[in-house]
Amino acid sequence: MSEEKHHIVPYRLYFIILIALIALTMGSVWITSIEMAEYTVAAALLFAVVKSYLVLTYFMHLKYDKRYIKIMVGFVFAIFLVVIIITFLDYLFR
Amino acid sequence: MQTSSAVNGANYLTYQGKFKGLLGWILSTDHKRIGLLYLYSIAAMFTTGLLLGLAMKFELLAPGKTIMEAQTYNATFTVHGVIMIFMVVVPGLPAVFGNLMMPIMIGAKDVAFPKLNLLSWYLYVAGVILVLTALLAGPGSPDTGWTFYAPYSFKTGTNLLPAIFGAFVLGFSSILTGLNFLVTIHRLRCPGMKWTKLPLFVWTLYGTAWIQLLATPVVGITLVLVALERIFGVGIFDPALGGDPILYQHLFWIYSHPAVYIMILPAMGAISEIIPTFAQKHIFGYKAIIASTMAIAFVGYLVWGHHMFTAGMSGTAQYYFSLLTFIVAIPSAIKVFNWISTLYKGAINIQTPFYWAISFIFVFMVGGLSGLVLGALATDVHVHDTAFVVGHFHYIVFGGTGFGFFAAMHYWFPKIYGRMYDKAWANIGWLVFTIGFLALYTPMFYLGIMGMPRRYYDYLEEFHGGNILSTFGSWVLATGFVIIVANLIRSARKGEPAEMNPWHSKTLEWTVSSPPPVLNFDKEPVLGEDDGPYNYK
Amino acid sequence: MEHAHHVEHPDMYDEESSKIGMWLFIFTELLLFGALFVVYAVYRYMNPDAFHLAAEELNRTIGTVNTLILLISSMTIAMSTTALRKGHRKTAITLVVVTFLIGLAFLVNKYFEWGVKFSHGIWPGSEHMLNEMSQGEILFFGLYFVMTGLHALHIVIGMGIMVFAIRGLANGKVKVERPSLLDNCGLYWHLVDLIWIFLFPLFYLIH
Repeated sequence: MSEEKHHIVPYRLYFIILIALIALTMGSVWITSIEMAEYTVAAALLFAVVKSYLVLTYFMHLKYDKRYIKIMVGFVFAIFLVVIIITFLDYLFR
Repeated sequence: MQTSSAVNGANYLTYQGKFKGLLGWILSTDHKRIGLLYLYSIAAMFTTGLLLGLAMKFELLAPGKTIMEAQTYNATFTVHGVIMIFMVVVPGLPAVFGNLMMPIMIGAKDVAFPKLNLLSWYLYVAGVILVLTALLAGPGSPDTGWTFYAPYSFKTGTNLLPAIFGAFVLGFSSILTGLNFLVTIHRLRCPGMKWTKLPLFVWTLYGTAWIQLLATPVVGITLVLVALERIFGVGIFDPALGGDPILYQHLFWIYSHPAVYIMILPAMGAISEIIPTFAQKHIFGYKAIIASTMAIAFVGYLVWGHHMFTAGMSGTAQYYFSLLTFIVAIPSAIKVFNWISTLYKGAINIQTPFYWAISFIFVFMVGGLSGLVLGALATDVHVHDTAFVVGHFHYIVFGGTGFGFFAAMHYWFPKIYGRMYDKAWANIGWLVFTIGFLALYTPMFYLGIMGMPRRYYDYLEEFHGGNILSTFGSWVLATGFVIIVANLIRSARKGEPAEMNPWHSKTLEWTVSSPPPVLNFDKEPVLGEDDGPYNYK
Repeated sequence: MEHAHHVEHPDMYDEESSKIGMWLFIFTELLLFGALFVVYAVYRYMNPDAFHLAAEELNRTIGTVNTLILLISSMTIAMSTTALRKGHRKTAITLVVVTFLIGLAFLVNKYFEWGVKFSHGIWPGSEHMLNEMSQGEILFFGLYFVMTGLHALHIVIGMGIMVFAIRGLANGKVKVERPSLLDNCGLYWHLVDLIWIFLFPLFYLIH
């Protein structure tokens, strides 16, 4: 079974995504210089999540892939989140 | 009936390709040959682990030192555990029967990545050698238990690094097998083989493969951290440097609990093939069994803390893990109901695989029910780290995966070797083995409740009687094992030639010759609307 | 039993299978590093001030530069897959080479970073660490060396795969009909980038 379409991503799109990633990087450096106590790490992670989304979707081609691959990726991140949350059920309540 | 086929009379056993003799086997990328390579290596490791177990039982025949001191006993149960867990029951059914049968069951020529498959076996062998060097070279065999708990694992003077490295390599082997099977099942099903027409054994291999893939890396990196602790003193689990040993336990069990589902799911899958075949009836609740399989695989990730109830976790964590542990029992129970319901009004054909399947259901249930005692916080406090736990996991892992393995071995034996085993001896072997098994492990429940600790080479006089029965049981079990294996070895060479489909099963592997041709099918099968793995008339 | 003709072992290659295989492998890497992030999360939660203090030792400029160049290298290798599909073989090779060189630059930066740490007496098990630092700081640096070290190892592996990809492009084995070596090399490199996207704020952006 071969791919239905060989979608060729234009060079330009990759370049635009890079610009966005650079902007987000500088944004995360800026936002963490603001004193927000425990929300600082959340802000930095939020930027990181957006950057990852761009890398996954465009650089790693998920946007153009079959749906089940996206579902698998989502599932793996979900498992990771679940594991970290459950671990914190121990540490948060000791 | 035809006993060999296709290419100039060559089946996968007799075929000689670019390499002859032994090289033709250890360089082969044929999934069926790789399956047999795994069978023989795993059988060898099981025998080694069994001997270690027998040594432990011999030590426990009487209180005080019987044949070994405490240090030797600690090393023995450590190596027994490492071998049985990482080299036998985790690779177990997937590596042997998954490789031998799964591609044929889905109508494929081979797995998606045949060379990677062979690499998996090489990694298995490398891992075994590494662990064995831990025993033989250097400052002596590891004595931490197979669980390698921190901080002892980085403080012990024994030879931990090769053992850890070996376990890491074995983990890699497991990951690659899981990866291979996932891609194979997704991409190589023959025309008409929809997901809803897959045999249940394949479904369980699918769920298992996801666990192999996602859980194993966690223990891999955790063991690396222990190694780094030993070499560089990094401090991650060292309380003196701010580390938390309980965090080690979390990370360890985040893999090792899902690992038990790697062990049991394919065994359940084999039983799900055997029961309909020997009842000549459609499996009851095909979709429910699939849903239960995936539920076990997923929920199995959420319960790891039930190994840690007395370790020092928060109360919240304890309640949470206990609740989830009870929930994860439900899909397994659903499977048991479905198997039994399949038998109702079936045309039962009592054969060796059926005996193994029925006894599997019994021992699995006992093991599972004893798990509820452990899953409930109040009772767990009483029996944690006692012989009760040892009884529980041997019932469910040895009983579950072990009986499942023997069931699968006898079920697929005629297909694999093109010969039938001697049925009388096979049944005798089963009976002796099962009696030995029950005598060996049942006393442990009692002994544990009465307070006998696990992992001790000594015990109080009041536990003597139960231990005598248990040790005798180990000898009976070993005898049964010898009978079974001797029968299989002899039958593989000299058994009666077997038909294509001696059990009248409906899955695809029974439509090719016994033994199968090198490329499995002369013509790619196509499944019609009315075809199905359990469409018995 | 000898046989006149050999059964050809079938070529099982299929582009989609190859792609999923690579994704599945990436999942294992995500969980591998994921476990380390769990450790980081727990210890940061338990030692917030020590982590802040220890992070002052890290050089935010080098960290940011490394982040930026890694992002650029992700773009270049992504572009190489486009180049291959457009038939621009030489461009594809050049782009992979550029990616490789950026990876090398990253490693050089890392070498200097670690060098500075060592010269300040900071390494796992060092006297300075054990005598002068609090437990939280020791944990921070333990995690720093392990996580950035493991990440650097993956950079090296990624660069190794690139060598094979370049060779495949050069000798024609990697082509439009069989692009997997290049595509999967790219996926692996993006994974390396992804991990750094999270390492960077967690180690360098604690103020």
